[in-house]
Amino acid sequence: MGKKLLIILCALVTLSFSGCGYNTMQTNEEAVKAAWGDVEATYQRRNDLIPNLVEVVKGYASHEKETLTAVTEARAKVGTIQMSKEMLDDPQALAKFQSAQGEMTSALSKLMVVVEKYPDLKANQNFQDLQHQLEGTENRINVARTRYNKAVEVFNSSIRTFPNSLTNSLLLHLKLKEPFKAEAGAEKAPKVKF
Amino acid sequence: MKNLLILVTCLFLFPPLHASALGIPKLQGYVNDYANMISGSSRATLEEELKVFEQSDSTQLVILTLPSLEGETVEDYSIKVVEAWKLGQARKDNGILFLVSKDDRKMRIEVGRGLEGRLTDLMAGRIIDLVVKPRFKRGDFDGGFTAGVASLIDATRGEFKVEGEDSRKGTQPFHSSWLFLFVILILFFFFLSSARKRGKTSNWADQSGRSHGGSPGGFMIFPSGRGGGGGTFGGGGGTFGGGGASGSW
Repeated sequence: MGKKLLIILCALVTLSFSGCGYNTMQTNEEAVKAAWGDVEATYQRRNDLIPNLVEVVKGYASHEKETLTAVTEARAKVGTIQMSKEMLDDPQALAKFQSAQGEMTSALSKLMVVVEKYPDLKANQNFQDLQHQLEGTENRINVARTRYNKAVEVFNSSIRTFPNSLTNSLLLHLKLKEPFKAEAGAEKAPKVKF
Repeated sequence: MKNLLILVTCLFLFPPLHASALGIPKLQGYVNDYANMISGSSRATLEEELKVFEQSDSTQLVILTLPSLEGETVEDYSIKVVEAWKLGQARKDNGILFLVSKDDRKMRIEVGRGLEGRLTDLMAGRIIDLVVKPRFKRGDFDGGFTAGVASLIDATRGEFKVEGEDSRKGTQPFHSSWLFLFVILILFFFFLSSARKRGKTSNWADQSGRSHGGSPGGFMIFPSGRGGGGGTFGGGGGTFGGGGASGSW
C-alpha cells in the first residue's frame, strides 16, 4: 500500500513540474541565451569589419587622423571586454559592454560623416562594398538586440508570475535578466547614407 | 453646447487615422504590388518565373511594393514583414523579400539566414546599386523588377536544392508530451499489475491491452504543413536575421 502511494506521489510531482512552469522557465532561459549569442555574433561581425574600413578610408583621407584613431581605440576597448553568457546575470558587466559598443557606434558614425568630404573615396568600389557591409551589420545588431530584449521580456515575466515564481524560488533560483537600454546614438543604426 | 455635441459625435465617427502604425499587408502571391508599379504582363511573367524558381531551388522570393512607409524606416518595416510572412522553408531559411516603397523612393532586399552565405549584404547592395537603381531612376519599374529578380536568382543559384518530395513538411518536437506519456505508462502498468493481483484479469486486462496498442493515436505528431491547402499562398517558416541591403533611387 505504501509503495502504491509513493508511485502516485512520484507521478504527481512529475506532472506538477510541467504545471508549475519548470520547463517553461528553462526553455525561456535558453531562448534568452540563444538570442544573446546572436547579439554577440553581430557585434563581433562589426568588429571584424572595422580594420578593412579604416584601411580604405586611410588611403583617401589620411589627415583625418583623429577620427580614425577614435575608431581604432574604440575597437581596442571593445576587444578587452570578455563577452560571455555569465554577463547576462550581471547588470554591471552588461552596462560596461553596452557603453563600449555605444562608443564604437558613435565613433563609426563620426567617421561616416567625415567621409562626406571625399568624393573620390565615396566613388571607390571597395568603400561602397564596405559601406553596404557596415549598414547590413548595423541592421543585424539592431535586429539581434530587439529580439534579445523580447526574449528577456518573456523570460522575466515568466519567472515573476505566480506559480512559476514559487517554483523558481524553491528549485531553480533563476535571476532576472537585463535588457538592452536604448541610449543616445546607439539605438539607431548610424546614418551612413549619402 | 451644440458645437460640443457635434465635436463629440465627430470624434466617435472619425477615429484618428494615424493612431496605428503601418500594418502588415496580406501575402497574396510572389508579386504583391500594392503600389501598382508593375504592369500586368510583367507581373504575370514575374509570378511564373518565381514559381518555377521556388519549385526548382526551393528558395522563396517575394516582391512587395507599397505606396508609402508612413514614416517608418525601410529596415524596421521589412523585418516586421518577413517575421509575419515567414518566407522560405523552415530550417533552410531561404526566403528573400524585395520591398519597394514608391513615394519614399526606397527599397530593401531582406535575405533569409540560410542565404546569407551566398547572397551577402554586399551582393544585395550591388544588385540594388548596379541593377535596380539605374532602371528605377529612368522610371523603368518593370525593367528594374525583372532585372533585379533575375540577378537575385543568379546570386542564390546552387545554394539550395529541393532535397526530397516532402522537404517542406517538418515534424514538430513535443517535449512535455513525452513526460506525459511516461507518466501515463507508469500509471497504466501500475493499475494493470494491481488489477492482476486482485485476479480481475479477464475483462480489464483485455481492454487495456487493446487500448495500449491503439494509444499512440492520441499522441500523433502533427505535420506542420505550410499555409494550409487549397491553393493559398504562404511562407514556409523561414527566419531572418536582418541580412540584406537597402537603397534609394
